[in-house]
Amino acid sequence: MLKIDCTDKHFSEIGKLIRETKETQIVIDNAQGHRYIASGVGGKEITINGTPGNAMGAYLDGCKIVVNGSAQDAIGDTMNDGLIVIHGNSGDATGYSMRGGKIFIKGDAGYRAGIHMKAYKDKFPVLVIGGKAGSFLGEYQAGGIILVLGINTDSKTNVGFFTGNGMHGGKIILRSDELPDLPEQIVARKANAEDMQEIEQYVKEYCGYFGNEPKDILSKEFFVLTANSANPYKQLYTSV
Amino acid sequence: MSINYIYPPYEVVRDFNKCINCKICVKQCANEVHTFDEKRGIMLADDTKCVNCHRCVATCPTRALKIVKSDNTYKENANWSADSMKEIYRQAESGGVLLSSMGNPQPLPVYWDKILINASQVTNPSIDPLREPMETTVFLGSKPDKIVRDETGKIVDNLQPQLKLSTPIMFSAMSYGSISYNAHASLAKAAEKLGIFYNTGEGGLHEDFYQYGKNTIVQVASGRFGVYKDYLEAGACIEIKIGQGAKPGIGGHLPGAKIVGDISKTRMIPVGSDAISPAPHHDIYSIEDLRQLVYSLKEATDYKKPIAVKVAAVHNVAAVASGIARSGADIIVIDGFRGGTGAAPTRIRDNVGIPIELALASVDKRLRDEGIRGNVSLVVGGSIRNSADVVKAIALGADACYIATAALMAMGCHLCRSCHLGKCNWGIATQIPELVKRLDPETGCNRLVNLVTAWTHEIKEMMGGMGINSIEALKGNRLMLRGVGLNEKELDILGIKHAGE
Repeated sequence: MLKIDCTDKHFSEIGKLIRETKETQIVIDNAQGHRYIASGVGGKEITINGTPGNAMGAYLDGCKIVVNGSAQDAIGDTMNDGLIVIHGNSGDATGYSMRGGKIFIKGDAGYRAGIHMKAYKDKFPVLVIGGKAGSFLGEYQAGGIILVLGINTDSKTNVGFFTGNGMHGGKIILRSDELPDLPEQIVARKANAEDMQEIEQYVKEYCGYFGNEPKDILSKEFFVLTANSANPYKQLYTSV
Repeated sequence: MSINYIYPPYEVVRDFNKCINCKICVKQCANEVHTFDEKRGIMLADDTKCVNCHRCVATCPTRALKIVKSDNTYKENANWSADSMKEIYRQAESGGVLLSSMGNPQPLPVYWDKILINASQVTNPSIDPLREPMETTVFLGSKPDKIVRDETGKIVDNLQPQLKLSTPIMFSAMSYGSISYNAHASLAKAAEKLGIFYNTGEGGLHEDFYQYGKNTIVQVASGRFGVYKDYLEAGACIEIKIGQGAKPGIGGHLPGAKIVGDISKTRMIPVGSDAISPAPHHDIYSIEDLRQLVYSLKEATDYKKPIAVKVAAVHNVAAVASGIARSGADIIVIDGFRGGTGAAPTRIRDNVGIPIELALASVDKRLRDEGIRGNVSLVVGGSIRNSADVVKAIALGADACYIATAALMAMGCHLCRSCHLGKCNWGIATQIPELVKRLDPETGCNRLVNLVTAWTHEIKEMMGGMGINSIEALKGNRLMLRGVGLNEKELDILGIKHAGE
């Protein structure tokens, strides 16, 4: 196991240590906003104690990261595969354009979480937010699934404004009292038995990481948001 | 005939004395212009379907065909041109946004044509490039601002990763999807042969072309299509696409219907799924955010590759470039308003952005004034039409030029500006297998190699004439340029004197 103490270290030193070690288990202590941790990394298990900085796990390629603390912006940007578990909140643009792997946030996520997420073949990105999400959740979403569980929040919708703007694929699941305002290009429905099966597996996984009781979460109503195939975003063109 | 009928702008003229009814034109035209009238035993042409791509003209064995501009005219009007009128009719009929392809065709000033190159007479003798050494190699990347030595006096290697080009010309970004497999194959092979680079565009990299990695620049755009570890590792350089000269501020939308077969594979999205590139990168709202993407890419690729940032030439391009030069990027790419595209809203293409000549001159000056020119290399594109444009661009301060429209023409493009219809008769801007196979990658490669080789000879001739024997010595050497017919403001921005001064 490799232990890295971030104190007085530049992000590039930390990156180099992670890239060059043959150890598969890495513990990073005292992260204080150090950026780009585990960018493009695969095949390792990394525990981060503290607050990792922006772009943690960008282009992640099959690596497991557990953060004991909160994370900042753009974690898991263009992530291809792997697992990120955050025992706290995460910043803006969480899981930007992720194509595969899973991100579990115990608490809240900032603006633009899960935007432009897409799925491809066996790649299916999953973003689970335990608390509430900021505005522009799932903007431009093309695939995969985003769950907002709204645990211990005072919000009625558990999301901010403009949820799913530009969404053209995938699913957003909201565990909330009511639906937010949605664009005409999105359809929302209450989760059916089949949806609940899918939801249950992710809720159970969430509870496995953070110690909640699945039945407490599953007892509440869920909404399923998908792109409205009858009314897609389209521009009418005429050529010259 | 509909009341909205618009008379075709071009007519197919057939010399029936030469036509032998061989029907090659019928086979060659994917737009189905030509038909054979069995009853009358003659060939017919439907001008309304003609895009004026010259495929039939070029393949007619008896030279019986030509395309002429129609002499059908509206009442003459200096304000309302025939094109403006037709656009009104089309939009009134359809309610659609006008869409077109390739670069801005409007008669706006081409500054290259108003800049003249110097030559030596009597003093500072000219050089004969055929018989004397002439250096066209350039290195792109951030240059160190000082030499560092260790305790023993040995120079410490503090050079950032560089791209080595045998000549200051590269093929700019065109995605697989916007152009065909065979067009990409031609570009990749030619880049390898020439010792230069081609650019994947934002559509990912086909598995067959990983072998050309050391001559490939891979692009990362807002949609992140096909971006993953192996892709980032595959190229010699990573280019972050912020904007494109033909459509600054505009994103892209490849409809699901076009996401088929290999296009789906290289973009890494399911067949039939829309490929949307949002107008901005939603994680980049500032230079500080840009720095974040630059460094996450550097971290992911172990600082082994230069990172380029491509922006469209817009009004405040100098300030933007100054920010990019401070973001940790190694190369700035500026794309002028005449740059090509596979499809762009006509109004954007024709009205947004500024000429590359002015953008380049002001960016180079700004970076020099701020003492950060060495942080980055400058690459410019957006209608570099010939070797003289390259020489002028370098003298204005560019390190190298990107060409795409010229490269497409080398492969057969006749600039019919109909790429968005997807039925390119030359096998370039199409995915229809029967059309794609018309472009043989070997032939395409050879023609690209010929073009760049010829330009390189001409660049050497022009440099030799000036008594300059390396691109490095020409770079930013604005004394080698003079303006003709330009006003004081234009000369001031270009940083050159008027001819005769």
